[in-house]
Amino acid sequence: MQILFTLCGLVAVGFVLLISVYLIISGLPAIREIGLGRFLFGKIWAAGQNQYGILPLILTSIYGTAGAVVIGVPIGFFTAVFLAKVAPKWLAGIVRPAVSLLAGIPSVVYGLVGMCVLVPALRNWLDLPAGDSLLAAIIVLAVMILPNIISLSETALDAVPKEYEEASLALGATKLETYFRVSAPAARSGIAAAVVLGIGRAIGEAMAIMMVAGNVANMPALTKSVRFLTTGISIELNYSQDGSLQRQALFSIGLVLFLFIMLINAFLNLVLKREKED
Amino acid sequence: MKKKTLSLAVTALLALGLLAGCSAGGGGTVNTDGSTSMADVMGALTEAFREKEPDITVNYSGTGSGSGISGVLDGTCDIGLSSRELKQEEVNQGAVAHVVALDGVAIVVNPKNTVTELTTDQIADIFTGKITNWTELGGADAPIAVYGREDGSGTRTAFEEIVGVEGACVYTNEYGSTGDVIGNVAGNENAIGYASLSAVNSTVTAVKVNGVAPSEATVKDGTYTIQRPFVMVTKKGVELSEAAQAFLDFATSAEAAEYIAAAGAVYPN
Repeated sequence: MQILFTLCGLVAVGFVLLISVYLIISGLPAIREIGLGRFLFGKIWAAGQNQYGILPLILTSIYGTAGAVVIGVPIGFFTAVFLAKVAPKWLAGIVRPAVSLLAGIPSVVYGLVGMCVLVPALRNWLDLPAGDSLLAAIIVLAVMILPNIISLSETALDAVPKEYEEASLALGATKLETYFRVSAPAARSGIAAAVVLGIGRAIGEAMAIMMVAGNVANMPALTKSVRFLTTGISIELNYSQDGSLQRQALFSIGLVLFLFIMLINAFLNLVLKREKED
Repeated sequence: MKKKTLSLAVTALLALGLLAGCSAGGGGTVNTDGSTSMADVMGALTEAFREKEPDITVNYSGTGSGSGISGVLDGTCDIGLSSRELKQEEVNQGAVAHVVALDGVAIVVNPKNTVTELTTDQIADIFTGKITNWTELGGADAPIAVYGREDGSGTRTAFEEIVGVEGACVYTNEYGSTGDVIGNVAGNENAIGYASLSAVNSTVTAVKVNGVAPSEATVKDGTYTIQRPFVMVTKKGVELSEAAQAFLDFATSAEAAEYIAAAGAVYPN
């Protein structure tokens, strides 16, 4: 029996190793051929003309994720405070399952709703030729990371010892002051972990944003069509010729994305470790 | 507990079995792989072929022309499907083309658009970003949203080559499939895009090009100029299985003409 458990554990490690090694092996040739500088900092991605610069993709992924965090984190955090501290029991009993439901919605459905509702709305409001844009992607991503941020922040806030808050209230602080000056700082590493997890989800998302971002490899601008690292791979993979530089460059994008996500994970581990030590 | 583990293991094995389905077919199975533009034509051909040879199963997976050609060269499928002519390097690697149909690439706009006729030059100007408002073409005062396919798509390559705008297109949006382009043009009054004629439906308007409306007749006689071949690809020196050969023979025979026409494409001979 124990062997089976060990085996299962090894399977997971094996897959991680397999994927890492495969990605590195298949991602490096194109970078070598194109040149690391021209690959990472080239401003034009046009496989048809042998131009493989992924700076627009990298910046779009960073801006898109940052935008989602800027919108999603405050809303998520306030919702968590509401659920953990403010809401009457019956209301929290409605909101909490709704949040979990939000987490369970497949990303293609987010994309579909974004495509059919958000994109036309943006086109009409902002008088654009087409509503597919970085802005649309940011809004969709912000909603997608909400459940992560809410549930983790709520858990962190719940874990704050009651005595802290009682002491604060006894000293004459209002409830609001207590939540933001006492509870939130005490739960800060948990909240930070929630934010990092949200970032991880946002930067790795492909399907939903492919449907609302327009997918042209422009330098990022809020109302322009943009291409993320993830969508850059998925949109061109099917039609790229096997063994061609285009196909190899797509793997190189995968490698860059992989490194981004590794960095975020390492950062998350650091945050969680600090929480433990606290 | 042991029983549970066993059943889990069996499930895992069965799941692995699903993956094995991609390998080259033997006996009564023909695996085809390639262009998404050929989905309708393949559907019609497969259905007709099933009635003729009920024992042979024809599988189609729409992965893209490039994947289809490399699939047949690597031996992962029996017949590759390409919606563009083969490139020289592909021919050098042993790819052999069998043209089964011709397809017009339709220029589609939203049905609410009052512009219904364009010249090749105007189309080139729209797609290279020289014309950016519909008023310049006699339409409403609205910006033009230029929709196209991603780099490497057979439709995009065919369109850009025929219109003479290779690598010069300024797209507002790019989409990963023909259906996406049509769906999004249908949803945006400002949009113009291109799509396989066989996939055009009533949700969009296919404009006249140089005064000629795209149709089977105008594609076949060559007066509608934006057109491309649908190709079945085999590998030189590799003998097809009996089933695959039968399917290829059927697809290129005069018998297939009516099914190809029913799918919106044009029988070439």
